[in-house]
Amino acid sequence: MSGIFKTFPYQEYILKGNAACPGCGATLILRYVLKALGHRTILVIPACCTSVIAGPHPKTAFDVPVLHIAFAASAAAASGIAEAVEQIGMRDVNVVVWAGDGGTVDIGLQALSGAAERNHNMIYICYDNEAYMNTGIQRSGATPYGAWTTTTPTGNKNVKKDLPMIMRAHNIPYIATLNPAFPNDIYSKVKKAKEIRGFKYFHALSPCPPGWRYDSSLTVEIARIAVLTGMWILYEQEYGDFRLTGPSRNLLEKRKRKPVVEYLKLQGRFRHLNDEDIDRIQRLVDDKWEEIKELLESNKINKK
Amino acid sequence: MSKKTILSGNHAAAYAVKLSRPDVISAYPITPQTPVIEKLSEFVENGELNARFIRVESEHSAMSAVLGAASVGARVYTATSSQGLLYMYEVCWWAAGARLPIVMGIITRAIAPPWSIWTDHNDILTLRDSGWIIMFAQDVQEVFDLTVQAFKIAEETSLPVAVGWDAFVVSHTVEPLEILSQEHVDRFLPKKKIGGHMLNFDDPFSLGNLTYPDDYMEFRYDIWKTQREALDIISNIYEEYSEISGRAYGGLLEDNMCDDADIILFMMGAASGDAIEAARLLREKGLKVGVCRLRVIRPFPAEEIAKKSERVKMIGVFDRDVSMGYSGVLATDIKSALKEYGVDVPVAEYIGGLGGRDLRVKDFLEIFEDMDKMARKGVKFSRKWIGLKEKYIGGVP
Ligand code: SF4
Repeated sequence: MSGIFKTFPYQEYILKGNAACPGCGATLILRYVLKALGHRTILVIPACCTSVIAGPHPKTAFDVPVLHIAFAASAAAASGIAEAVEQIGMRDVNVVVWAGDGGTVDIGLQALSGAAERNHNMIYICYDNEAYMNTGIQRSGATPYGAWTTTTPTGNKNVKKDLPMIMRAHNIPYIATLNPAFPNDIYSKVKKAKEIRGFKYFHALSPCPPGWRYDSSLTVEIARIAVLTGMWILYEQEYGDFRLTGPSRNLLEKRKRKPVVEYLKLQGRFRHLNDEDIDRIQRLVDDKWEEIKELLESNKINKK
Repeated sequence: MSKKTILSGNHAAAYAVKLSRPDVISAYPITPQTPVIEKLSEFVENGELNARFIRVESEHSAMSAVLGAASVGARVYTATSSQGLLYMYEVCWWAAGARLPIVMGIITRAIAPPWSIWTDHNDILTLRDSGWIIMFAQDVQEVFDLTVQAFKIAEETSLPVAVGWDAFVVSHTVEPLEILSQEHVDRFLPKKKIGGHMLNFDDPFSLGNLTYPDDYMEFRYDIWKTQREALDIISNIYEEYSEISGRAYGGLLEDNMCDDADIILFMMGAASGDAIEAARLLREKGLKVGVCRLRVIRPFPAEEIAKKSERVKMIGVFDRDVSMGYSGVLATDIKSALKEYGVDVPVAEYIGGLGGRDLRVKDFLEIFEDMDKMARKGVKFSRKWIGLKEKYIGGVP
């Protein structure tokens, strides 16, 4: 932990009575994000859990304006808003897409890529609960290897798509990963992004009790262990400068990371895995960290 | 003052858009729409038009981008054709449902496969049930006029408006026209008022959120009601515009020699010009025929159509489109209008000109003569494809 406890604004933008499941990781993250951004924020939300959490007409669960939009359309709609607010003279507006992993890594990827490449002044946040939860836990391109979902009843045979790394190839000013167990990290990254002009991309691990099959009291614990096992890596990249953040800074050496099984065993979706599967997942994680090492090395060289 | 010039249909649209002062334009290139967006890009980049041009990666994103921009109160424009319209189709319904005043040019082009870049009207007619107001031009001048009016209609109805014109025949054909001055357009189309249902921070509501069966139907009813009321709104705006421009088209329908006609042909688009020419020639021979051109497809001017059909011996409907498994799309609606107003008149349906198949004066001479023959024989109904190759003729009714 950073050791510095930041004072979060008292103001809540997610109102009582919203329809999130108890222990919803995504809603925790959104709460911190909105505290960091403040009330002049427009949320663009495609089909996802949050389309429901936002509450039914004529009510709204958020104290900021929301544009609901078709599944594949959020990044493009937000790019229209981002250009429009500047053109018509609405000042100091944060235009934010808040989309699930399906709406980001699958059906929304084209629009996201286009908006990033055009570098609109907006923030895109993918809350990644690693499957189509709102429709009943179907596999997405972000579902990890081995995970049970209703469309992978014997476990997912594919490997999770690494979207933040795809976003790196878009040369956008800011990219970061988030995790609900580390609110200070979320808060300071979002605050930083707010001040950067151009396209900012966040990828947030969002533990999901019904989808991941665990007790709703464990959300923060599972999120924390995701980082400590190295399954989830906290980092940011600012204008090409890549660095690890939070506890991930100390986990470059394999021996410092907890074995992945500690993360897997807490969740029903991994219950059926055999030792071989677990080894495979451990290797995938270790390989990912090798990539990160290389990235940090090349970063150093670039800086010189 | 107005200025006389010569332009293609697509450039006429671009000038009309420029004079209408949009805030945000977004588009994805597709033949034959491209000259519209190229010209607009030029206007934006040389400073003649103070707007943002978002060069998106697909039509789905083009419609989404203008939708987003309109949701905070920007005046917006996009244009597309055929496959592009189908690709953005989902978001078109979203635009109407969200009641956002978006204006779109649709340069009508046949739908693939097989590939075709030439005109027919099936693409624009897919919007028929969506909540979009749909208007259709016959020539370059009308592309200009309808495009300027579309912004006002969209903003007064809080509905998106599509303006259609035929690929190449109008889009790439250069014709003389009159362009309104900026002062004229500014007076006709004042700076956009930001409506109460635009996203804002004082009343941070949720636009488009979940509705239960308790509420959804009222949203649909509201669109339907506004569409019906739009018949008057559009007519009034047309009148206001014709006072400024000095050009009167006759409103929702354009009447060409229908007053004393025994036979009227209903149709829309560029080929109407050939039909009107054919009607003139036949009048010289003493055959009393007329052409009634539909300028607005949604809301559907059922009453006006029924009125025109009351005292004639036969009406024809020429469709440059087809609803597979039944008749032409316009014919379906026109027959229903006749029933609604209790007009019992024989109907002859014609389907033709698909995928840019040539339509000439001679084709319409044949159509009118065919109708005249049927009227004499007392034929109550017929449906024909015209212009098919020899070996395809005959068969299924
Ligand atoms: S299903 Fe999962 S992500 Fe969706 S609201 Fe419930 S806990 Fe949150």
